[in-house]
Amino acid sequence: MPVSKLVGAKVKRREDPSLMRGLGEYVDDVKLADTLHAAILRSPHAHARIESIDVRAARQFAGVVAVFTGAELKDQIGTIPTTADNPTLRIPKHFVLAVEKVCYVGEGVAVVVAEDRYTARDALDLIQVEYEPLPVVIDAEKALTAGSPVIHPEWPDNLAFSWQQEQGDVAGAFKRADKIVKQRLVHQRMAPIAIETRGVLASYSAAAKELTVWSSTQIPHLLKTHLAQMLKFPEQQVRVVAPDVGGGFGSKLNVYAEEALLGYLAVKLNRPVKWIEERRENFQATIHGRGQIGEVEAAVKKDGTLLALRYKVIADIGAYHQLFTPAIPPFTGLMLSGCYRIPAIAIELRAAFTNKMSTDAYRGAGRPEATYVIERLMDRVAGELKLDPVKVRQKNFPKPAEFPFKTATGLVYDSGNYQLALTKALKLANYEKLRREQKRLRGRNRYLGIGVSTYVEICAMGPGFWEYGKVEVEPSGTVNVYSGASPHGQGQKTSFAQIVADQLGVELDDVMVIHGDTKLVAKGMGTFGSRGTAVGGIAVYQAAQKVQEKARELAAHILEVDADDLVFSDGKFSVKGVPRKGLTIKQIAQQARAAKNLPATLSPDLAADSTFEPSNFTFPFGTHICVVEIDPQTGTVETKQYIAVDDCGKVINPLLVDGQVQGGIVQGLGQALYEEVVYDDNGQLITGSLMDYAVPRAADLPRLRLAHTETPTPVNPLGIKGIGEAGTIGSTPAVVSAVIDALAPFGVEHIDMPLTPQKIWRLCQAKKAVSAGGRR
Amino acid sequence: MIPMNFDYVMPKSLVDALRALGDRGENAKILAGGHSLLPLIKLRLANPTLLIDVSKIAGLNRVKQQGDKIVIGALATHYQIESSELLKKSCPLLGQTARAIGDVQVRNRGTIGGSLVHGDPAADWPAAILALGGQLKFSGTKGERWLDVEKFFLGPMTTAIEANEILTEIHLPATPRRSGCAYLKMAQQASGFAIVGVAVSLRLDAKGRCEDIGIGVTGLGDKPFRAHRVEERLRGNRLTAKMIEASAALVSDGIDPLEDLHAAADYRAHLARVFTGRAIQAALKNAASRRR
Repeated sequence: MPVSKLVGAKVKRREDPSLMRGLGEYVDDVKLADTLHAAILRSPHAHARIESIDVRAARQFAGVVAVFTGAELKDQIGTIPTTADNPTLRIPKHFVLAVEKVCYVGEGVAVVVAEDRYTARDALDLIQVEYEPLPVVIDAEKALTAGSPVIHPEWPDNLAFSWQQEQGDVAGAFKRADKIVKQRLVHQRMAPIAIETRGVLASYSAAAKELTVWSSTQIPHLLKTHLAQMLKFPEQQVRVVAPDVGGGFGSKLNVYAEEALLGYLAVKLNRPVKWIEERRENFQATIHGRGQIGEVEAAVKKDGTLLALRYKVIADIGAYHQLFTPAIPPFTGLMLSGCYRIPAIAIELRAAFTNKMSTDAYRGAGRPEATYVIERLMDRVAGELKLDPVKVRQKNFPKPAEFPFKTATGLVYDSGNYQLALTKALKLANYEKLRREQKRLRGRNRYLGIGVSTYVEICAMGPGFWEYGKVEVEPSGTVNVYSGASPHGQGQKTSFAQIVADQLGVELDDVMVIHGDTKLVAKGMGTFGSRGTAVGGIAVYQAAQKVQEKARELAAHILEVDADDLVFSDGKFSVKGVPRKGLTIKQIAQQARAAKNLPATLSPDLAADSTFEPSNFTFPFGTHICVVEIDPQTGTVETKQYIAVDDCGKVINPLLVDGQVQGGIVQGLGQALYEEVVYDDNGQLITGSLMDYAVPRAADLPRLRLAHTETPTPVNPLGIKGIGEAGTIGSTPAVVSAVIDALAPFGVEHIDMPLTPQKIWRLCQAKKAVSAGGRR
Repeated sequence: MIPMNFDYVMPKSLVDALRALGDRGENAKILAGGHSLLPLIKLRLANPTLLIDVSKIAGLNRVKQQGDKIVIGALATHYQIESSELLKKSCPLLGQTARAIGDVQVRNRGTIGGSLVHGDPAADWPAAILALGGQLKFSGTKGERWLDVEKFFLGPMTTAIEANEILTEIHLPATPRRSGCAYLKMAQQASGFAIVGVAVSLRLDAKGRCEDIGIGVTGLGDKPFRAHRVEERLRGNRLTAKMIEASAALVSDGIDPLEDLHAAADYRAHLARVFTGRAIQAALKNAASRRR
């Protein structure tokens, strides 16, 4: 970029002063007169036939305006959409309220609309539903076994879809290998737990025939299109607004039953209707993440060189598909090569229907699983070959000159310098000293563990996924930036303003970033897959460049000089050799409105838009190092040190990047140590509240030490790669690796997550420490 | 998370509160800090028809010393106890225990009396109160009643309080010279409640032997209890590491440990033994540091 005052600077988040003072406007803060409130009756059974529903008493309850059942709505509202082009995909009819049978605990059965939230909730207790329970299958492996209870009778094998891919001579490599290392790995189900639960407010204007839906969503524009289809409504009469959104982590990258349901109710009842998800509903009826059971097998040479990889995985997708459910597990397959040269890779994926909530994108979405597989495997290879885990990794890195680097899964990594990030992290951690310290402490029966994970991930969804941006300078000189990205915590009101202010040479305070309203922003895709800045930011950047170019033409016209004779610097176009003669962007905007004799090609405004579709994905990478100490008597894990070196290409705002990395690391650590969605054998959700589902807290963590390397991507003009998910992807294997490293004296090679004190204690009990200071 | 309808009153005096309680009986609930009660009614696990908010009754939140007794008003918040200068000197186990409860927001609102009468078998306060030994004072429509704390906890969410009574005061012995205390717990990661919590209050004689000891255990069984068998092994003896370990091993004897998602029975029993040993060690160290 030619001018760079703000890009790269630590600009404080402009979002925070209002959010921190409680001035944010979330869905529940949007108040409309005469609003009704909806409450949803949810299934207490994981699998049951609905024999009858009696809603008479609820309908008669004072204050209740309407009650609807699934059967009444099934022809009124289309089914919940899913997108994927997998030919094996089986899509069960997924109604907004269950019809005939329920397939998971929490599935909506009926909706009550009342004058207030309390009445709506009370009326739920008056609905009588007769269920005939059906056999339940919770375990994804069992679901794919003959004789399992069947969830959707049209597909008695419970297979939701499958996917396989093989490149290179896998069989040959396994024959040639010095050693074959195998590991079974379970990626437990996770609940995304955004601080703001979901919420929808729908309002219909009979006069304008316009339906407005406020939703806590990451994808207002995609949602608008889907809602129009589901409600059989002309799309131009649907407006979706994503106001302030209190976190998503992928869980709001979706089209949910309640969004269409509320839209329908608002039109039908011709009054605004609001529904705010309760935390317990959030656990039951908002998508879960992860949920894979895999078996990995590597063919390796004695020196640690990887020859081939085989991965067989079963994805637990739940009872139905949500928007991107079938797209997530294949991501794991594509990213299996990690940051290593692996000549041959075979993947076999089967996805199982189970009597649970759907899985879908959760921060990292397929990549944390891939990184966990390959990183755990690298540790196991190192263990089997008695090599240092760092050396095994280094040995298999592609060199910087080998980029763009093609993997045996068919991806082309844009740019990378994996050794650089690793070296920097090892230095920061003082790795060799840590190893000596570990040895010394083991001599005193203290168990320190050092975990290293080197990761690469895939971001900024490439071809087929674009983003829109528009930049408009108002006559007074203030600048509006419109983006189709829909940030919900990432901070693009700050970073996009930095990009545009630099391009136009205006003050940051003069730039306002507008997003999350389909009426204000012409089109867009949304924020997911770490694409906000790497795709959305580029669209905005290009639009700003166009504005700058147009400003040049207007300035040339107003100043009556040739456009080529103007130089742009510090927000001012001035005539070459006559620096006093010039116009600022602000002056150009002012004068453009009243410009006389404009050529036909030039309109009297200063605005431009742009759509950016990257030619390839980006591949951020890095190294995370975690140091823990285990108390074998109780099994507790103390995280003592955490070092992360991340490379997300060019950085627009280091504060935002560090914020994303911190949050990501903490979420990844949550998966490693604490979190798991647990259903019992009957399909009851055991971890149905924050009293049982443990998310990490600030006090559980040491101060994170964050650093960066900067390897720009060639796939976009700013060299940005994306950072929203990297922390989650890099941290989980680093933490697990550290714990297992600490337990090496007990002969532990692997433990499935979460690494709870109880599990660790049991292993320590089973195998007393082999010998102090022995095997590393 | 939406409760059923209920009535709400905020009496200004104990007499008025007791009258309201007497009128509505079993269907009324006393509301103090609300940190145990409100989640229950929001989940509709408890559906009282009347909440009697006692938080504005004067004088029920005092923390004071009367001779060798500490008197804690039932409405004293966890934070008030945690930050009390008086208790730091006269009964430091209480501050230590308060600090282990929830987070600052919880401690700012939650009250010791509310926690005790709620009777959660994994709450922190019972361990400390049992270790110290003392008396609970109840006011009822028929007058006052005193009860030894050891007779108070009957089972999960069940205590010896009568439906028409309000817990008003907790009387505990002030900590004498040559004493030490500790409260250690293994917190359940999600809720912060004790998987196992052990409070120890001990006093050494002039020769450094254990003159007296009280050990309260929470989280292990279906109700908090005082670990008499462990105490008996230690009283009169020098607290060597070996002695501590051997006696701590008795803590789970005869107890049927709770079992849940977070800790199986054997793990809980094991943790109780480990934490008992560690809490005794910590209390001993504390006594050494307090010797004057």
